Amino acid sequence: MTVEFVVFVCAAAMVLLGAVGVIVRNHPVHAALSLVLTLFGVAVLFVAQEAHFLAAVQVIVYAGAIVVLFLFVIMLLGVDRSENLQIEPISVQRPLAAIVGAGTLAMILLAVVQARDAVRTDSGLGLDDATVTGDPDSNIRQIARDLFSNHVFAFELVSVLLVVAVVATVLLSRRPDKLGAVDSGTSGSSKVSGGVR
Amino acid sequence: MIAALEGPPIGWFDLSPLLVLLGAALVMLVVGALLPRWPRGLYAAFTATAAGATMVLAMVLWDDVSDQGARYLVGDAVTLDGFSMFATIAIAATVLLACLVTDDYLRREQLDGPEVYALYLTAGIGGIVMAMANDLVVLFLGLEVLSLSFYVLAASHRRRSAGQESAIKYFVLGGFASAFFLYGAALVYGGTGSVRYDEIVAAVNTTLLVERKDALVLAGVALLIVGLAFKVSAVPFHFWAPDVYQGAPTPVTAFMASAGKIGAFAAMLRVLTEALPQWRDDWRPVVWTIAVATLAVGSILAVVQTNVKRMLAYSSISHAGFILVGVEAAGHTAGEADPSGGVAASMLYLLLYAVLVMGTFAVVSLVGRTGDDQTDLDGFRGLGRTRPALALGMTVLLLAQAGVPLTSGFVAKFGVISAAVDQRSYAIAIVAMLASVIAAFLYLRIMVSMWIVDAEAGDDAREAVRTPLSTSLAVVLSVGFTLVVGFAPGWIVSAAEHATTIATAVAP
Repeated sequence: MTVEFVVFVCAAAMVLLGAVGVIVRNHPVHAALSLVLTLFGVAVLFVAQEAHFLAAVQVIVYAGAIVVLFLFVIMLLGVDRSENLQIEPISVQRPLAAIVGAGTLAMILLAVVQARDAVRTDSGLGLDDATVTGDPDSNIRQIARDLFSNHVFAFELVSVLLVVAVVATVLLSRRPDKLGAVDSGTSGSSKVSGGVR
Repeated sequence: MIAALEGPPIGWFDLSPLLVLLGAALVMLVVGALLPRWPRGLYAAFTATAAGATMVLAMVLWDDVSDQGARYLVGDAVTLDGFSMFATIAIAATVLLACLVTDDYLRREQLDGPEVYALYLTAGIGGIVMAMANDLVVLFLGLEVLSLSFYVLAASHRRRSAGQESAIKYFVLGGFASAFFLYGAALVYGGTGSVRYDEIVAAVNTTLLVERKDALVLAGVALLIVGLAFKVSAVPFHFWAPDVYQGAPTPVTAFMASAGKIGAFAAMLRVLTEALPQWRDDWRPVVWTIAVATLAVGSILAVVQTNVKRMLAYSSISHAGFILVGVEAAGHTAGEADPSGGVAASMLYLLLYAVLVMGTFAVVSLVGRTGDDQTDLDGFRGLGRTRPALALGMTVLLLAQAGVPLTSGFVAKFGVISAAVDQRSYAIAIVAMLASVIAAFLYLRIMVSMWIVDAEAGDDAREAVRTPLSTSLAVVLSVGFTLVVGFAPGWIVSAAEHATTIATAVAP
């Protein structure tokens, strides 16, 4: 029994436990935290496959940003309410969920079975060589080189996108009442001359 | 162990139109935040200067590429050629005109600040990148820079709830369309193994003919067309346009209708004719169908509106149909060494229409008066008596939109229809001519309201239409351009043909 096998079993157990937790927990915050467990488990599996970049992105983007967003929305809507799961807003929801779940499972199993028999071709067009033996960071380094050489224009363009987002936040988060009322004549103009930015 | 990273050659001067716009936006935001409020009009003047500098630089680069030939920049991410410089000049011109109109608008609405102008500049960057892109990822980022700027601009007047509503509608539907586009790009990448236009073309010979992964690419092409057709507001993806055009502040509407169309159509032309010429027999019927539907729906629904901004929104949908006629004509010979006039005619149409629509909405912005809400046909009643010069300018612009000879609108419409006839697409040419006859009725309605309809009681109590300096300048510039091109179209037609010839020379 190798170390790799032990890591796989532990991570797989984390993923499954988390996934079950998401659907059986009544409290939405607990469900969201179970999702974090699943996502961390997937990150560990990525590390075991030597995909360090994917693992880091998995933790930062999914476990970090997206789950925080979930929690933010849950808190916004009221954290104390635990949902009564007996009431169904859409009556066919449960049978539909069962069908979709079974279908997805069948598709994944089919893909795994197919992949076992498939002839391996070298048609992957991503990194030249995903991992170089003896260099644990080789794929991160390759992604960085690709990003900052071939895709440097796109990378810089993202910064323009962020400038737009900052301007948008400044513009849209100003309180309208400080901009001067348009209909109320004199009081409006005096407010404007005060100048709020 | 760690070798030095060698980046691709940048070509700073070749990127200078983009850099000037970005630099101006950053300077205005940073300096504007550090210093006290600039004197009135300075933000607009600064932005207009940057746009003017961009136009000059684009002309210099155009001259350069006609000597040196078209080339790829920054690791093949963008193309520098006549096509992209033509689009750059057109977009910079719309930024310039938009600044002139916006300055008076903000003054009248008692708003001020650099943000709106900074967003014009970033939207301009997005549009230019869309026209220059040689890479679906870069194209998508350009599309998002353009669209995000538009969403915010639509909501930039914080006290008008109509603007907020239109921004939310545009944001939700636009996000949906972006997702379609992105899915299409992913499928094309899956089918061809690249997102670069030239490599997609090359992939056909190496991968696709061997492995027949065509279906994936076809699905991708369909989704790309959906995403881009939404941005140009082509039927059946036009539902956002009337609501957004009506709700957004009028100068912003003008900018959306002009710069947004230039960017999206330039991207559509480049993607379809440069990246996907091998599938031209697959996408051309789709473009044909969309073009006919857009012409019919845009022209017919425009006639039954009562709000002028809404009318002009449907009229802009119908104009999108005309440009699609040019795209369809370009589809017949896409990827061949000898291109048809379709690309040139479409680009010329975009430039001429952008200036026209800018001037038209400038007048609508003045007639909207304080609060920007008197844009019904009634608001135009009696304009011929109170402001004859303004009404005359509006009449010229409307006649040009209808395609009356001796105006730029006729040159534009003649260009796309003759390009279609050259390719023996007679059916679509006839539909386009019928649509322009139907649409002429709508422009007549506005003219009748301005010149003929009798004054009603209470008209004198309305706020008078004022004609401030900079908006008047914008109207005069666009009317002048319309008439100059209408009387002497030769130079601009050959300029558009020259520009697009350099573009196709670079295509593999």
